[in-house]
Amino acid sequence: MAISFKVNGRAVDVNAPPDTPLLWVLREELKLPGTKFGCGVGQCGACMVHVDGDRTFSCQAPVAAVAHRSVTTIEGLSAHSDHPVQKAWLAERVPQCGYCQSGQIMSAAALLKDHPHPTRAQIVEYMSTNICRCGTYPRIVRAIERAARES
Amino acid sequence: MASSPSVSRRGFMVGAAGLTFGVAACLPHSVGVAQAAVPSKQAVLSPWVTLSTDGTVSIVSPAAEMGQGSFTSLPLIIAEDLDADWAKVRVVVAPPDDKLYANPNFGYMYTASSNAVLAYYTPLRRFGAQVRRVLLDNAARHWNVPVAELTTAPNVVIHEKSGRRLDYGAIAAFAVVPEKAPEVKEEELKPSSQFRLIGKDVMRIDMPHKVNGTAQYSIDVQTPGMLYGAILRAPVEGAAPDQVNDAKAHAIAGIVKIVRLPYGVGVIAKTSWAAFAGKKALEVTWTRDGKAWGFDSDKGSEDYAAAARNPQVPVQTWVTQGDVPQALQNAATVLEADYGCGFMYHGQMEPLNAVASVSPKGDKVEIWVGVQSKTIAVTVAADALGIAPDKVVLHDMLMGGGFGRRGHRDEEFVHDAVVLSNAVKKPVKMMWTREDDVRNGRFYPLSAHYLRGGLDASGKLVALHHRKACDQVTAFQDPVRYQQIKGRDTIAFANLDMKWYAIPNRLAEGVPQDNGVRSSTLRGVANLSNAFATESFIDELARKGGIDPAAFRRSLVADSPRSLALIDAVTRMSQWDRKRTDTALGIGFENYSNTLIAEVAEVSVDRRTGAIRVHDIWVAIDPGIAVQPDSVLAQTEGSVVWGLGFALSEHISIKDGVVQQVNFSDYHVPRMNEIPEIHIELIATEVHPSGVGQMAMPLVAPVIGNAVAALTGVRLRQAPMTRDRVLAALKA
Ligand code: FES
Ligand code: FES
Repeated sequence: MAISFKVNGRAVDVNAPPDTPLLWVLREELKLPGTKFGCGVGQCGACMVHVDGDRTFSCQAPVAAVAHRSVTTIEGLSAHSDHPVQKAWLAERVPQCGYCQSGQIMSAAALLKDHPHPTRAQIVEYMSTNICRCGTYPRIVRAIERAARES
Repeated sequence: MASSPSVSRRGFMVGAAGLTFGVAACLPHSVGVAQAAVPSKQAVLSPWVTLSTDGTVSIVSPAAEMGQGSFTSLPLIIAEDLDADWAKVRVVVAPPDDKLYANPNFGYMYTASSNAVLAYYTPLRRFGAQVRRVLLDNAARHWNVPVAELTTAPNVVIHEKSGRRLDYGAIAAFAVVPEKAPEVKEEELKPSSQFRLIGKDVMRIDMPHKVNGTAQYSIDVQTPGMLYGAILRAPVEGAAPDQVNDAKAHAIAGIVKIVRLPYGVGVIAKTSWAAFAGKKALEVTWTRDGKAWGFDSDKGSEDYAAAARNPQVPVQTWVTQGDVPQALQNAATVLEADYGCGFMYHGQMEPLNAVASVSPKGDKVEIWVGVQSKTIAVTVAADALGIAPDKVVLHDMLMGGGFGRRGHRDEEFVHDAVVLSNAVKKPVKMMWTREDDVRNGRFYPLSAHYLRGGLDASGKLVALHHRKACDQVTAFQDPVRYQQIKGRDTIAFANLDMKWYAIPNRLAEGVPQDNGVRSSTLRGVANLSNAFATESFIDELARKGGIDPAAFRRSLVADSPRSLALIDAVTRMSQWDRKRTDTALGIGFENYSNTLIAEVAEVSVDRRTGAIRVHDIWVAIDPGIAVQPDSVLAQTEGSVVWGLGFALSEHISIKDGVVQQVNFSDYHVPRMNEIPEIHIELIATEVHPSGVGQMAMPLVAPVIGNAVAALTGVRLRQAPMTRDRVLAALKA
């Protein structure tokens, strides 16, 4: 039985077994590889997406759990890479290898939606779900502060 | 050193006519030159530069991009001396060809040791200048004026006298390229005062793709009809599957094939999720072949420490200067100490993976992969099938981190993909899960350090003896290089002696160990463990002699104004002389392959839990000319974060040869809430650039340890300095 939900505003039906993590359905069946696989166990945040606006580890959400809900991935965060967080990310030159950055950006966007003017402590606490092995943390903080200032 | 492309005049022209450039598959908008330039005509001016009549300058980048920025900074160096307009430059991925694009320091295409800019800097500047000269010569002929009357501005040749200008693109339409590259002497290169690009930050080419999900790593590749593969590898190097029961795996929907390999069992499925499930359902016992069975890392640490102290053990002498035994005998004070470091895991964010597509006859293969050496990847794929390297097509992808893990001589994840694809003669994306990546890890080696130092009556350091017992690394990770260096394992034993310090008598010895555990280079390389031992020990010596540790180091670099400037900068930045109450400072200094670094950490210690909290880290760094200053800062920040992991939390343990950690849940890499404020001052002295990719990492652990010693009087001798270890040391 197909599972129906929305991805980046588009209605989709997928045929994956219902316990398949959303991550793999997005990446393989729906061909949206911007959402990354880092650990598969909810430890790194590389797979972060929004489900009905709330950030969610897509490696931990069985695809059945998003039936009839609305999923946003990095590909759908903005039409022209112009979400305030994306703009701030470039202005602060955050990415190194870049592999964690989809997840970082999705986390940051969720943070700013709930807390448009987060304190530094709030940023640090919220973003500690996401590992960046390249160590871009200082720039992530600066970029979130910039996005909060400029949006 | 291998022949440098700069001295090979053939290098300028060979293959130029029939040159096919790779397409930058990893960056959708940075397409290969063929697409970028169509429909305008092109002049291939050298294997490095192609000019189109629309003014587009396509420049080849020979380095692999793993976040360090070389993909941008190397072509930028060519563009500087070519006087290209950066806005018109298209960067093209170099095809795998050692003859044209080898890293001059290695002799093959290999991006490692933070030396891409260092090694390519002068050759690339000269290539740029040679191409500019060809353009000038063409313009001179065109206008019939002496070439000496011509100058350039970005993308244009100018004849001041007549006020005429000729765009580079216009020259492409009629350019005649000489047989032989024109001679350009070093002194004819552009003076740095006229630099337009070097030293000025440009947007890294890969960066815009890394904020919207379009950057392509091999794990993202999908080709028509592609299957997914996983491999259960033997837990110990050298072991083989013994009993294999794959009945449960076969029962899983979507499994296509299960293949037994000499070193594991491969599962091929219609989705990755099915492949992972199939791998999990395998029941496999392993032979006890392989040396590491029975090895225990705690016991190993003790054994290595004993070996480092044992005068009877055979040693390799790495440095001997003066007469250390004599000087120690004459010294007013002699201090000895032991230090040790554990196994560390790379944990690059993208687990190892590759895509391979073997032809139906098995006589050709296409691979998609991000690697630190493309030419090795081609060889590995060819060898896996027993075919010639020219039957391999490589699609070079971005790397989700390298750190030394993606450049071993066997690039085993490439091999894994090719054998799985060969089993079904279809494209297969072979992926390691994070658990595979940890369990099959190749680790930063275990080491033990025995140190002796002698001070004269005035507190001056007169003798230093450092003896390091350490796993061999090069023998495992690169047997070819191991042969070439005749068993001198620089990855394990380089830079034991702190040659940047004026110490009249020094002796540095290596005691190579082989426990059978897979070992690897890793960010920081030998300097990482060495600096923990030596910079901690230097601190002990300073305190023993009653001298301020910053002043003590100043006295050891008194002849080097650059070094003094750094120590002065970092003490100023950290307000070294200001008294603190609940925190304390620790300092360190290092010359890492000619990049000079001084660091200070401010820490506090929770005496109840043993947790060390690092509040601030100040770094002063001098890497010579900073080609891209912001990349220097970014690499330095990243290095500090890595240093923090090595110092405090990252620890792989081995029992009976098998890795005990599983995932990021029990292998603890730094997160944002553990990061101190990082303050960096870049002092770019105008000398040849040295590296920046890892240089700030090694000092982090010793400056933290030195700060803890200043605060508590207790010296921490084992990295990582975990809570348990801190508590034990405080109690002792
Ligand atoms: S892949 Fe989901 S948290 Fe790591
Ligand atoms: S940029 Fe490489 S892991 Fe974050």
